[in-house]
Amino acid sequence: MKSLIKKALVCVATAGLMTLSTLSSAVEKPLKVGFVYVGPVGDAGWTYGHDEGRLEMVEKLGKNIETTYVESVSEGADAERVIRKLAQQGHDLIFTTSFGYMNPTLKVARQFPNVKFQHATGYKRGKNVGTYSARFYEGRYLTGVIAGHMTKNNVIGYVGSFPIPEVVQGINAFTLGLRSVNPDATVKVVWINSWYDPAKEREAAESLIAQGADIINQHTDSPAPVQAAQDKGVYAFGYDTDMTRFGPDAHLTGSMVHWGGFYTDTAKAVLDKQWKAEDVWGGFSAGMVEMAPYNKAIPETVVAQVEAFKAQIADGTFTIFEGPIKAQDGSIKVSEGTKLNDGDILSMNWYVEGVEGSLPN
Amino acid sequence: MKIAIERRPQDSSLMKYLSPVLAVLLTLMAGSVIFALQGQDPWTGLYTFFILPVSDSYGLSELGVKAAPILLCAMGLAVCFRANIWNIGAEGQLLMGALMGSWAALSWMDSEGVWVLPAVLITGTVAGLLWALIPAVLRNHFNTNEILTTIMLNYIALNLLLYAVHGPLKDPHGFNFPESALFTNAVTLPLLLEGSRLHIGLAFGLLAGVCIWVLMTRTFLGFQLKVIGLDASAGHFAGFRERRLVYFSLLLCGALAGLAGISEVSGPIGQLVPSVSPGYGYAAIIVAFLGRLHPIGILLASLLMALVYMGGEMGQIDLGLPLAMGSLFQGMLLFFLLACDFLISYRLKISAHQPPAHGHHAGVNG
Repeated sequence: MKSLIKKALVCVATAGLMTLSTLSSAVEKPLKVGFVYVGPVGDAGWTYGHDEGRLEMVEKLGKNIETTYVESVSEGADAERVIRKLAQQGHDLIFTTSFGYMNPTLKVARQFPNVKFQHATGYKRGKNVGTYSARFYEGRYLTGVIAGHMTKNNVIGYVGSFPIPEVVQGINAFTLGLRSVNPDATVKVVWINSWYDPAKEREAAESLIAQGADIINQHTDSPAPVQAAQDKGVYAFGYDTDMTRFGPDAHLTGSMVHWGGFYTDTAKAVLDKQWKAEDVWGGFSAGMVEMAPYNKAIPETVVAQVEAFKAQIADGTFTIFEGPIKAQDGSIKVSEGTKLNDGDILSMNWYVEGVEGSLPN
Repeated sequence: MKIAIERRPQDSSLMKYLSPVLAVLLTLMAGSVIFALQGQDPWTGLYTFFILPVSDSYGLSELGVKAAPILLCAMGLAVCFRANIWNIGAEGQLLMGALMGSWAALSWMDSEGVWVLPAVLITGTVAGLLWALIPAVLRNHFNTNEILTTIMLNYIALNLLLYAVHGPLKDPHGFNFPESALFTNAVTLPLLLEGSRLHIGLAFGLLAGVCIWVLMTRTFLGFQLKVIGLDASAGHFAGFRERRLVYFSLLLCGALAGLAGISEVSGPIGQLVPSVSPGYGYAAIIVAFLGRLHPIGILLASLLMALVYMGGEMGQIDLGLPLAMGSLFQGMLLFFLLACDFLISYRLKISAHQPPAHGHHAGVNG
C-alpha cells in the first residue's frame, strides 16, 4: 500500500515536473519563423503584403515567436541556399512566398523533415510542405462589377503578369463581373511577363489607355499602373495592398490579400503541435481576401450591390464560376447549373467571352 | 592651401597587386563603421558577413556553387579586356547557353547513354559562342562598337529565354507556370562533393583559368592579344590580324559564358527558370578587374564576390540587417578599388601657396 502511494506520488510529481518543463520551454524557446521574399519589403505590393502579415503575426503571438526574413531572393540557384540556411539556423517554420521557390522548398524540406514549410501559390506538397494561396479572383469579380458601372468607353485595360491559372482566373472573374452589369464592355490584356517591373507596368497601362481603356486593372505588384491612370485621368484598381495613396482620384478600390490571419493561425498550429501539410485556398470567408476602401466616385448603390455580392460569395450563396459561362468564341464552356470545382479553376487556361486577344500558350 | 592632382613619374608595380588587398581592407574598415552606426558590434557584423557563411563544409561548397558561373565568365572577359575588346555581353552569352542547353537537355533527357550530358554541355557552350559571334561580326565588318552591341544583345537573350520558358520549353504538366520540367539525372551535372550542390562547373572554371594562363603567358596568340590591347597600331605594324584576334577573344568568352549558363541550369537549379542568373555576367566584369585580369586574381576575386553575396543573406538571417548591406559592401569594394587604382598612377599634391588672383577677376566680371 505504502509503496503504491509512493509510486503514485512519484508519478504525479514527474507529471507535474514534465508539465512545468514543457510550459517553461514553451515560454523560453520561441518558435522561430522564417520568411523568404521575392521582392523588397518596400515594393508596396506582393512582398509588402506578406511582410504586413508577418508583422501582424508578431503582434498577435508576441514572445511565443521570433521572425526572420530574407528579401529579394532570386528564384534561381540562390533560393535553395537561403531556404536551407534558414532551416539550418534553427527555424521551425518557413514560409516561401513566391511560386519560383516550389522545387527548392521541396528539396530542402526532404533534408529537414522536422522543419515545417509553407509554400505560397504552388501546386506540389510534401510530408512537411503545405501550400497556401488566396482566392484573389473573388475580389476581382467585385472590381468587375464596379468597372461595369463606371466605364464610359466600355473598354477596360488589364495589366497581366504571367498567363498562369491564378492570373487567368482573375481576368475571367473580372470579366464575368463586368459583363453581368454591362454586357457590351470588353477587356484588353497586356502581358508583361514579370510580377514586379514598375517601368513595364506603367508602359502597359499607358498603351492600354491609348487604346481607349478608361479603367485599368492590374495583376502585377507595383502601384505603377495606378499612378499611370492618375496621370492620364482614368480610373484604376490596385492590387495586394491599399494603393489609394498612389492615385487618390484614380484608385477605385482593389482586391487586397491579407496573410496575417493565416500566418498567425499556422504558427499557432505549429506551437500547439496541430500543424498538418495541407493546401489552404481561402477567399472572403477565410478573411484572406479583402477589398480596399471604395473611392467616393463610386455611387452608393453600386457599393451596396458590391457589398451584397461580397456577403453572398463569403457565405457560399453565390458562386462566381457557375454556368452558363461562355468561352471567348461564344460557345458554352460551362453549362447551366454546373459549378467549376477547385481543380478546374486551378488549371484554368481559357478566356471567357468578353476578353480580347488570345491567351499565350 | 591648394590641393592638386599630379601624375606619378612611375606606377608602382607592387602597388598594382596590393591595391585590391588594400581595397578589401578599406572596405572592411568602412564596413565596421557602418555596422557600428547601425548599432551592431562591428566584429559580430564582420564575422556574420565573412566567416559564418563559410564556417561549415556546406557553406564552403555553396561558395563554390555561387562562384562557379562568375569565375567562368570572368576568365573569358579577362581575355577580351586584355585585348581591349569591351565585351559587356557575358550575361547574354550565359543566358543563351542556359537556354539552348536546356532545349538540348529537355529533348534528350529520356535517352540513356553517356553521350547525353556532354552533348548538352556542348550545345550550351556553342550557343554562347554563336551569340558572341554576332558582335564580333558587327565589329569586324561593320565597325560597330561592341560595348553597345553586346549590351543590347543581353536584353535580346533575356527575352528569348523568357519566351522559351513561357512557350516551347514550358513544362507541359506545369499549369502554365513559367518553368521547364525538372531535368532527369541523365542531364544533371555530377557533383564534386556528395551531399552538397558543388558541381563540376567549378572544375570547368579552374580548368579554364589554367588554359587562359598558358594562353596569355606561353603562346604567341596570347602575346598578340596583349599587344593589340596595349597599342592596336603597333599590332597592325607587326602584321597581327586584328580581326582574327577579335573573333578569337569574343568567341572564347562566349563559349565560357555559355558553359557557365548550361552548368547553372543542369547543376544547382535543375530546370530552366526565368531567373537563371541574378547578373553573373555583370558581376564578372567587376571580378575580372578586381582580379587584375589574371587567372589567380580572378579566382580569388570571384570567391570574394560570392562571399559578399552569401554574407548579405547571412546578415539578413542572423542579424536582421537590410539587404542593402550586401550591396553596400559590393559598392564599397569597387569604390575603394577604383580609388586605390587611381592613386597608383596619380598623387595628391598639397601646397601652401594661395590660389592665383584671377579668380577674383572672374568674380567681378561675371
